[in-house]
Amino acid sequence: MADGNDRLKEFTKGEYKYGFVTDIEADTAPPGLNEDTVRLISAKKNEPEWLLEFRLKALRHFLTMQEPLWPHVHYPAVDFQAMSYYSAPKQKKALDSLDEVDPKLRETMEKLGISLEEQKRLSGVAVDMVFDSVSVGTSFREKLHELGIIFCSFGEAVQDHPELVKKYLGSVVPHTDNFYAALNAAVFSDGSFCYIPKGVRCPMDLSTYFRINSAGTGQFERTLLVAEEGAYVSYLEGCTAPMRDENQLHAAVVELIALDDAQIKYSTVQNWYPGDENGKGGIYNFVTKRGACRGKNSHISWTQVETGSSITWKYPSCLLLGDNSVGEFYSVALTNNYQQADTGTKMIHVGKNTKSTIISKGISAGHGQNSYRGLVKVGKGAEGARNYSQCDSLLIGDRCGAHTFPYIESRNSGAQIEHEATTSKISDDQLFYCQQRGIDGEDAVSMIVNGFCKEVFRELPMEFAVEAQKLLSVSLEGSVG
Amino acid sequence: MLSIQGLRVAVGGKEILKGIDLEVGVGEVHAVMGPNGSGKSTLAQVLCGREDYVVTGGTVTYDGRSLLDLAPEERAREGIFLGFQYPVEIPGVSNTYFLRAALNAQRQHRGESELDAMDFLVLVKEKAKLLELDSTLLNRPVNVGFSGGEKKRNEIFHMAVLEPRLALLDETDSGLDIDALKIVAHGVNTLRGPDRATVVITHYQRLLEYIVPDRVHVLMDGRIVKSGGKELALELEDKGYSWVEAAR
Repeated sequence: MADGNDRLKEFTKGEYKYGFVTDIEADTAPPGLNEDTVRLISAKKNEPEWLLEFRLKALRHFLTMQEPLWPHVHYPAVDFQAMSYYSAPKQKKALDSLDEVDPKLRETMEKLGISLEEQKRLSGVAVDMVFDSVSVGTSFREKLHELGIIFCSFGEAVQDHPELVKKYLGSVVPHTDNFYAALNAAVFSDGSFCYIPKGVRCPMDLSTYFRINSAGTGQFERTLLVAEEGAYVSYLEGCTAPMRDENQLHAAVVELIALDDAQIKYSTVQNWYPGDENGKGGIYNFVTKRGACRGKNSHISWTQVETGSSITWKYPSCLLLGDNSVGEFYSVALTNNYQQADTGTKMIHVGKNTKSTIISKGISAGHGQNSYRGLVKVGKGAEGARNYSQCDSLLIGDRCGAHTFPYIESRNSGAQIEHEATTSKISDDQLFYCQQRGIDGEDAVSMIVNGFCKEVFRELPMEFAVEAQKLLSVSLEGSVG
Repeated sequence: MLSIQGLRVAVGGKEILKGIDLEVGVGEVHAVMGPNGSGKSTLAQVLCGREDYVVTGGTVTYDGRSLLDLAPEERAREGIFLGFQYPVEIPGVSNTYFLRAALNAQRQHRGESELDAMDFLVLVKEKAKLLELDSTLLNRPVNVGFSGGEKKRNEIFHMAVLEPRLALLDETDSGLDIDALKIVAHGVNTLRGPDRATVVITHYQRLLEYIVPDRVHVLMDGRIVKSGGKELALELEDKGYSWVEAAR
């Protein structure tokens, strides 16, 4: 990893050996990360000057940073100069039928209960006009428009609502925050923008599913979600269908802002390609997610079900700035085969009478390594702060690992902080008991795991909860030896 | 219904059952008695397909088919039930949810339709009443926080819901006071029928006053050394296992 940094320094000092010339017509930038790459990206997206500056500032800072090596995960060094940071949204050639789709992928989608039409859409098969996702999206968008809710791609937001983007972008996760946040700020591709005006309660769960176009999702997604005074929104990110991408590194940034009396519920179901049974390939999911409870009585909750990716590294966090603000984190993280996860949350109590709840369920199977890392920080002026953390690990089999790294930093003697942790395994006795009642091994594991995750699934919007349960079953297949 | 011939079983490399012969016909109740370590639980567990129990010889036929070829859940779906000596806890999974999953798995196997939540609840309430099981225990995770007696009654409750053809009750009476014993016995007796059979494994004669056996077998050191009618249980009570040992 020190190598990578040296190479970066070397590169910026020396001549760019590819003889790269800014060429707006090019579809793909040649590999490498430098100011020209960033300018190309910005030009391609037709961005205003202030946004280009935002990117350049981030890039310059990134080039001075060291890659962090402290997580409890192992992976071969990433060569940041060997990646291409821009490619035009490809119009993937539409497949004629589902028969052309990888049969394993089809099998998984069947098991997840994904309807045939949805399968076609997800696989890039040309979709019938009968199921017209465009028209579904349209009537949905009209409703939102009536209420003054903005929900569009980040790129569209920059064009149509630049003042809003400019006001909030980088205010929760500045480019100086961490290595990957700096990288993202320099080269982010696209993402979602959502704005709920004062007093508006968004009537439906907003799902990124509707927004994903056939060109596929970005590598460096940037999402910004703002809920003004008294607003409410429930936002769903991701889907249970296994998503592949030729780009291995995913470094997204999500910023949430809740003003007085506003509430944001952000739910994620992530099933990125986890690599094969031997741990080869698979996506690295290094995400920075943070919510700022700026207003009094504001409320942000993160709910996540992470079953995919080869490596998951993320800490959706809450800054509890406003008095009486509430932050919540509910998580199920599964590692099977050779997956690794280092995930958790940070709850930063600043305002008065703030409250945070952390419920983390880690499931390890196969050779999976699952780490929970959580920080509860109470500032000096955070009178009446309360936190409850519960961190449970379930081990399936005897070759996996579960690790817990809880951090508590309190500068206020009146803070009430509770931490509970359990570690358990699914015993042979439990499995035999289930089998003796007629339930087969895999169903038994599924049942026990779902029981284990109940508290977290309860927080998911219903359809997501049903999908999440199925996803867990599918992800655990083969874990019963 | 059940025919065990020359069954030899080893656990952890040590031979526990050294040639068991036992015939259980439909409609019959058999008692298997014996001192600790004789192999009573081993017999029950191996009949249900527990992996650690290795069959080193002999055959077991159930309804004319070889039982030992079937996986544990298949044996269960064919109507074999084990009332565990030490019922295990399953956190996070409610008693009712668990039973419904089990019952539906068995019904599906038999080609019957699954019971929906409403019908199942009606069934469960009826059986809970039979076993005088408090309704709060229905929604608690399986056996979690149950007292010893409640766990044993829960086993018979499961049996009442699943209505097995062959019930193996492994020391169901241990840890029960006289009232609980009567409730459990009542539950077991209610399930007796001409097309069913029960094997009661116990140390003590007391249970057999309430669940009256047709045949009593004494298992000692891995072998059935004596069989008789229900009077044998009384003789054992009177004279102790050493009497049987001496008479061999």
